[in-house]
Amino acid sequence: MNDALQQQILIAEHPQKKNDPSNGSGAVDERDREKRMAKVTMTVNGKSVSGEVEGRTLLSSFLREGLGLTGTHVGCDTSQCGACVVHVDGVAAKACSVLAMDVAGSTVTTIEAMHNPDGSLGVVQQAFQDHHGLQCGFCTPGMVMTAAALLAETPKPTEHEVRHALEGNICRCTGYHNIVKAVMAASGQPVSAE
Amino acid sequence: MPKDGGIGASTKRREDVRFLTGKGRYTADITLRGQTYAWFLRSEVAHGKINSINTTAAKAMPGVLAIMTGEDFAKMGGNPAGWLIQSRGGETMKEPKRPVLAHGKVRHVGDAYAIVVAETLEQARDAATAIEADITELPAVVDMAKAVANPANRVHDEIENNVCFDWGWIEDNRAAVDAAFKAAPHVTTLELVNNRLAPNAMEPRASIGDYDSGTGDYKLYTTSQNPHLSRLLIAAFVMGIPENKLTVIAPDVGGGFGSKIYHYGEEAAVLAASKAINRPVKWVADRSESFLSDAHGRDHVTKIELALDKNGTFLALRTETLANVGAYLSNFATVTPTFLHGTLMAGPYKTPLVYVNVKAVFTNTAPVDAYRGAGRPEATYSIERVVDKAARELGLDPWELRRRNLITKDMFPYTTPVGLAYDTGNYQATLDKLIEISDKKGFEKRAAESAKKGKLRGLGLSTWIEACGIAPSNLVGQLGARVGLYDAATVRVNATGNISVMVGAHSHGQGHETVFAQIVSDKLGVPASSVEIVHGDTSKIPFGMGTYGSRSLAVCGSAMIKAMDKIIAKGKKIAAHMLEAPEADIDFDDGAFMAKGTNKKLTFGEVAFSAYVPHNYPLATLEPGLEETAFYDPANFTYPAGAYACEVEVDPGTGRVEIASFTCADDFGTVMNPMIVRGQVHGGVAQGIGQALLEQAVYDNNGQLLSGSYMDYAMPRADDLPNFTVDHSCVTPCTHNPLGAKGCGEAGAIGSPPAVVNAVIDALHRAGHTHIAHIDMPLTPSRVWSAMQK
Repeated sequence: MNDALQQQILIAEHPQKKNDPSNGSGAVDERDREKRMAKVTMTVNGKSVSGEVEGRTLLSSFLREGLGLTGTHVGCDTSQCGACVVHVDGVAAKACSVLAMDVAGSTVTTIEAMHNPDGSLGVVQQAFQDHHGLQCGFCTPGMVMTAAALLAETPKPTEHEVRHALEGNICRCTGYHNIVKAVMAASGQPVSAE
Repeated sequence: MPKDGGIGASTKRREDVRFLTGKGRYTADITLRGQTYAWFLRSEVAHGKINSINTTAAKAMPGVLAIMTGEDFAKMGGNPAGWLIQSRGGETMKEPKRPVLAHGKVRHVGDAYAIVVAETLEQARDAATAIEADITELPAVVDMAKAVANPANRVHDEIENNVCFDWGWIEDNRAAVDAAFKAAPHVTTLELVNNRLAPNAMEPRASIGDYDSGTGDYKLYTTSQNPHLSRLLIAAFVMGIPENKLTVIAPDVGGGFGSKIYHYGEEAAVLAASKAINRPVKWVADRSESFLSDAHGRDHVTKIELALDKNGTFLALRTETLANVGAYLSNFATVTPTFLHGTLMAGPYKTPLVYVNVKAVFTNTAPVDAYRGAGRPEATYSIERVVDKAARELGLDPWELRRRNLITKDMFPYTTPVGLAYDTGNYQATLDKLIEISDKKGFEKRAAESAKKGKLRGLGLSTWIEACGIAPSNLVGQLGARVGLYDAATVRVNATGNISVMVGAHSHGQGHETVFAQIVSDKLGVPASSVEIVHGDTSKIPFGMGTYGSRSLAVCGSAMIKAMDKIIAKGKKIAAHMLEAPEADIDFDDGAFMAKGTNKKLTFGEVAFSAYVPHNYPLATLEPGLEETAFYDPANFTYPAGAYACEVEVDPGTGRVEIASFTCADDFGTVMNPMIVRGQVHGGVAQGIGQALLEQAVYDNNGQLLSGSYMDYAMPRADDLPNFTVDHSCVTPCTHNPLGAKGCGEAGAIGSPPAVVNAVIDALHRAGHTHIAHIDMPLTPSRVWSAMQK
């Protein structure tokens, strides 16, 4: 990530680090920001979408606020918890750490598009329900997206590989036991009933 | 009832579908027409005098709609403590006002002193940086021992020595306990820290205030475990508005673990700001704010002593604890270290004499309150650590020492020396089950395998009990509670025969929508799919006290049973009329009303329809409709109990501890949905292992929170934890509620920390480090390795 982008994220996350706004009048500040607005176009869940974003707008904000896709959750501000994981061009990415502008032209998939064409739960989703891999549901979209990305790359992971792959997704409810089971089951491998 | 849908079935959760498809509706997901955004300005110092706050420049910033400071809320009431504690000298506890926003002084890092409302979140944040706050930093009170010892340095000017209360339980027993210690052949003493934790529900707190100037009604969407309690606190205590002019909606809530029981100032602030600008005001905490301003948990410093005879019989137990309550009293802050902690100090043991002393101490840190287990993990940890230490000192097997002292099944009901009456249990049974399923016999072989890899293997045990299903209102009232602790349910049978059940309990991960429907299905003989559970909206549900303390099933579930009993009783009257039989001859079974001795029968749906279309109906003696509400006030606490075994491998080169296995044998009474119960235990154990090995909210001497993000606060992750072996086949049903249910939500977090620490100490002793009597949690590699070098 280049320094300018890093700085933008810092500004977005920590407003107190921003240059003192009293250096200029509020009106000038606002015009500066207006200038930074830009139109982005990307494919989200199979549809082409466009929106006006600021330079500092995160992909998670663009999805949630701009497109109303609130299944992508934000659980931390340090790119640690993984509740916001989506797929960008088929790769798992933490949407809270990606600028919307940076993924212009990309293909983004969110939890809202993980079901089967007939509307039933997709394989990973169904495994999570079958094995009680979720409780409060807040980390769940990120877990499902990370698990799906893992299985796309490693169709038959070991349990150790599953735990390692989920290391960037924090769940406070389940103790991971049933999440690991769900991912193993989604890969078609046998798991115990309990 | 077939076991695919009633009590005892592992029914898959219906709520999962929306959570798995991104259709959950959490507070942060809600957007109201005309919504604006709030940002709270929070103190960067732990303790400071607010000299002035100049908002002129900030108010002129783009998009800014309103800025309010502590001054604007000074006339509002304070956020009260829910429980009034008496000190052992008879004095009432100190209860300083907890304002909506800090006023006059800031008292912890993260203490909010201004709210900025703007058209966008970015504008609100930008404007906050233009607020000029002149705050003189004062010395911070952080360490509890120093706080108590230094009368000059005060969190609240009027509270000398920073002591909220000095509580003795039971004071009248103190002399007898002291005498028993003097005469005892052996006394084991242990000083320990129950480490401070940040609860870290994955959904950060969020609130939307929505004032309607046309009606004068307030609506609050918020991340709450108990919307009616929040409404009561906000309306009656803080804002002084009629309760019926405020609706509180807690929609999908992403975990709570205690931290969302409480009313927080941000809720009143967004409501007041909404009224001020006549538009909805939304606030969503970021994780940093959660770390700084959510109520933390635990944070006890304890000295515990156990007196034993030469055979290892427990003679008496005595503790002294400093309990941190932080800068202000959060709603349950005073009951957590007292009645939820001191009354558990007998544990599952026959100890005849117990005395507990707790001093609650104000510090310049975030408020500390109930976190999963709430007082009971602190009690269990202290007891189970000192029992383990006593076994080593006396050269006894820690498993055998526990067994000798466990209350036996023929002793129930059993009254403890700390005021509880355990109704039922069988602690030997869970211990025996644990020995079996943990393959205790095979431990030495596994230890030898570990040794081949250069690892030190240890085995740790804890036998635990908790008091939950909170709580009998008359009892808690005598002990200082300012609320009742019943719950309520309304069962509405609709004209077409399907059922809506409105409950006071709130589900934020527990799966009530599924389990409560199973119970209704079982009781009324209708398909679970025709039962809808409604929770979380004060405009829809009866006044209930919400979900915490493993109480939902035992208390709210019992209210549901009571309401359904009324439904059945009324249904029998209707059926008697329709079947032209005496009411006494009507039986209800498996969803049908039958007249005894005849083949006349009505389905539940036919009776329901008749209640709403009362053409053939006893209108002269019976109201139409089929809807009943019941309030249930428990007769006693419930007492789940169990035994946990942990095996660890310690790397002697680094001190790193790995959990090799974790096994639980629990008695939760009657289990409704085994799949969900196992999941609750997994999650509780994970949090307990987190406390034991990883987590700590660390403040430096200046009151800065050093572990204030996921970069510094070590949350348990998938590769930190093993698979768990859990069993709940030992069942002694609760004797005083209609479901026989005891509660399972907190068990894992209560029983697991001492099992982990006992296992590590065991591993170290087996390797010859017999000088290591104790290591404080979290048992980080650095702490374990350092202990091994001494």
